[in-house]
Amino acid sequence: MSATDITALIPFIILAATVLIVVLVISFYRNHFIAALLTVIGHAAAIFVLPFLTNAIPRHITRIMIIDDYSLFYFGLLTAASMIVAILMYSYLQRRETQREEFYVLLTIATIGATAMVTSTHFIMLFLGLEVLTVSLYGMIAYLFTYDRPLEAGIKYLILAAASSAFLLFGMALIYAETGTMLFSELADVFAPGDGVRNVFILTGTGMMIVGIGFKLAVVPFHMWTPDIYEAAPAPVTAYLATVSKGGMFAILLRYFIELNVYTYETIFFVFTIIAVLSMFFGNILALLQNNVKRILAYSSIAHLGYILVAFLAGGALAAEAVTFYLVAYFITSLGAFGIIALLIHNEKEPESIYDFSGLYARRPWIAAVFTAMLLSLAGIPLTAGFIGKFYALTAGVGAALWVLVIALVVNSAIGLYYYLRIVVIIYSTSEESDQLSETDALAQSISFTGGIVLAFLLVLLVWLGVYPEPLIAIIQDIAGRLGG
Amino acid sequence: MTLLWLLIIPIIGGMLAWMSGKTGTQVPRWISVIALTVVFGLTLQIWYQYYSKIDLFTEQAWLIEFERAWIPQLGISFYLALDGLSLLLIALTAFLGIISVVVSWKEIRHRVGFFHFNLLWILAGIIGVFIALDLFLFFFFWEMMLIPMYFLIIIWGHEDKRYAAIKFFIFTQASGLMMLVAILALYFVHGNATGVFTFNYNTLLGTEISASVAMWLMLGFFVAFGVKLPAVPVHTWLPDAHTQAPTAGSVVLAGLLLKTGAYGFIRFVIPLFPEAAMQFGFIAMILGVVSILYGAKLAFAQTDFKRLVAYTSVSHMGFVLLGVFAWNELALQGAIVVIIAHGLSTGALFILAGGIQERIHTRDLDRMGGLWTTVPRMASVALFFAMASLGLPGLGNFIGEFLVLIGMFRENIPLTVFAAIGIVAATVYSVWIIQRIFHGEPREKWQMRDLNLREMVVMAAMMIVLLWIGLYPRPILNTAKPALDIILREVEEVQMVDTWDSDLEF
Repeated sequence: MSATDITALIPFIILAATVLIVVLVISFYRNHFIAALLTVIGHAAAIFVLPFLTNAIPRHITRIMIIDDYSLFYFGLLTAASMIVAILMYSYLQRRETQREEFYVLLTIATIGATAMVTSTHFIMLFLGLEVLTVSLYGMIAYLFTYDRPLEAGIKYLILAAASSAFLLFGMALIYAETGTMLFSELADVFAPGDGVRNVFILTGTGMMIVGIGFKLAVVPFHMWTPDIYEAAPAPVTAYLATVSKGGMFAILLRYFIELNVYTYETIFFVFTIIAVLSMFFGNILALLQNNVKRILAYSSIAHLGYILVAFLAGGALAAEAVTFYLVAYFITSLGAFGIIALLIHNEKEPESIYDFSGLYARRPWIAAVFTAMLLSLAGIPLTAGFIGKFYALTAGVGAALWVLVIALVVNSAIGLYYYLRIVVIIYSTSEESDQLSETDALAQSISFTGGIVLAFLLVLLVWLGVYPEPLIAIIQDIAGRLGG
Repeated sequence: MTLLWLLIIPIIGGMLAWMSGKTGTQVPRWISVIALTVVFGLTLQIWYQYYSKIDLFTEQAWLIEFERAWIPQLGISFYLALDGLSLLLIALTAFLGIISVVVSWKEIRHRVGFFHFNLLWILAGIIGVFIALDLFLFFFFWEMMLIPMYFLIIIWGHEDKRYAAIKFFIFTQASGLMMLVAILALYFVHGNATGVFTFNYNTLLGTEISASVAMWLMLGFFVAFGVKLPAVPVHTWLPDAHTQAPTAGSVVLAGLLLKTGAYGFIRFVIPLFPEAAMQFGFIAMILGVVSILYGAKLAFAQTDFKRLVAYTSVSHMGFVLLGVFAWNELALQGAIVVIIAHGLSTGALFILAGGIQERIHTRDLDRMGGLWTTVPRMASVALFFAMASLGLPGLGNFIGEFLVLIGMFRENIPLTVFAAIGIVAATVYSVWIIQRIFHGEPREKWQMRDLNLREMVVMAAMMIVLLWIGLYPRPILNTAKPALDIILREVEEVQMVDTWDSDLEF
């Protein structure tokens, strides 16, 4: 490993160092603020060095990792999301009675796993990254172990995620047994003639891998765990599950598909089309039936993965652009929405029922405005990043003439509107209508200062990307062009 | 730059109004009035400046243009342009905007700042729709005006507001997405054929599209505009939304929002897909006639004043659909006059309905009756607008509907006859409104005050404009003419090529 290799790995090294420093500090001096601060600084430093690496990339590190602008972009995105989760979790844990400091260690490790996964060019690295991420998530979900529900959720996630990892691993093994390689680039050669997928080993292997990946992305029919775990996990962790965990997996899936040009294999394409359509319909229709905001958002995230898959299946550079833009928009929105739930925690209880939000506008107009903006972005309304994202996804879909998927997207946007608006209606209902409905008075108290800053930041970003997305699109187009070419 | 100001002033004004909401209820109102008056003044100034030379714009209709790069990677630009047609509609927008602020002066008492923010942003969105000539930008404004309208209904609406607001939103949003898909498909058809990927209207005009694809794309646009217009059978959101919205909301909905649909037909559907639109024209005209008759019939069956007026809108807008798809100069001129006159007359009826509801807290016609002696001024004003609505010669609506019928007569006589029956029906329901509210025995002893000075000024302003259009419509027809000529000429060229082709076959 040369000095240049080390240079290219600096962001990862910074994150790893952050883990060590935080561990050392809390073993000598427990202080929630210092642990959180060090974590945030570590994340910020890792993002800060990214622009200085342009000379060192693209660079293969051994044969299992590649540091190029694609992986660095996602490194930045995932790390930034993780940093926001850390800040939200700081406010959240301040209002909970528990051991607080270790959370940041788990969080940073999980982020290392997710970001490393994005760099993989080899099944081993993919699996390694995934497991580092998943194992840390067990701890994060069940972090409030003195409560029943997070603990239950943690165990649920443990069992299901372990099973899905086993599927993924078995799938990899089958493909390896047949082809003798685990490198993406060499697999591309094996797949190239086009009859590779008729081979039963490769077909079974790919199918099993889709199960593993589908679980991580929480797409139908591998979505069953999502609402339960989203509901029971601490809200910032839910935000993390919805963003970093899914985003990392999607990023590597995109790279895998483009490098192997999987789009040419009709069977796989067909399977993903079905997954996309089902995810959109199931996600949206089940969300209509919920009264719990976290469950609504969980189902809505299933639907959104379906939307992203529309862009994804379009193939080519435009797909990579659309997926990446959509993910950025989706990250901002999810962090904002779950962030608000996290910040409104009161008496050890998160606001859960949609009726807990009644009269929010009258009580706390700024938070209501942010929440409305996030919901409208999820619904894809102009002036928000979600609109440009949906527009991009539709553009990719129409460009590739995927009419079934495009129509499904349009129909589902209309269905989705209903439950987003339902929350908005409750936020703006006047308090005399809602007094008897609201049991937990979560709205009465103020949110923390740092939390407020995070929300303001997310709102600005959301509107900025909705009105003037040009700079981000320029960056993404640059990266996507190189990935495709 | 002037075009940009037309957008910036209401947007900034709206934000200022919202922020000033804390200081009291008067400041947001004055800010809104001032902002809209400035916009109206700007429009009049443009009109005055170009009116004498408007005949010179025979090749290129845009009086003013404004273009900046926005998302160049995708061929999206911030392209605004204004021709005579847009000018008229923007003038209407600003005029009705001022009126809706003034009529809300007493009606809206809580969250005044936020109310005016929403109102001004709707108006900004509508103005944007009328001047955006980049299809992405157009869609952006098209969707942008929905959210504030939704808030207007849901926060300040009447008893059944939630249902109405959500229905309105889902109808318009879903149909809008169909249009977006059609826009994108057009973008790719043009891009793949020429290598130029752009959303610019001028460039996309005359794109070669195969007949079947063109029909699908045309339908995508048609659905979106048909819902907004609204045309039967996608009109069902309208009675709910109009009835539940506060007065200003009803005025903006009936007077302006519906007009964006009509504008869309004239500006986009027919110029972009002339052949498909011609083929589909007959069905569209039938839909128009059905809207006229069905709307009138349903209007007659209502007992809720606002709902009644809402159904008359469906009926009147049927004439617009007819006029547009008859596609000759007379019918188009007529459609434009209907658009403007209907905005004023229906807006005024909604203001009266709102006024009555504010006074006696009901819109139920069965509980009214014999109010003429109680509120003579209001009654005579209502009579005036009811007459306008039934198409009394001398008032604006007559000119519009008459021109549409003349234009229609050349294209299809049976449909014209049915449409003309609609005017008879309009007479029935208009007279019936007056009969049930103001004549007969008083059913309940209502004590109510008559129109005050503020309300009389509003009503007088609307009356004067309606009379002006009715007696001397020339300025309006002249202003719209060059724009319409250019659109008509492009379509005629297509038709000539068509006949040429069919000649060859024989």
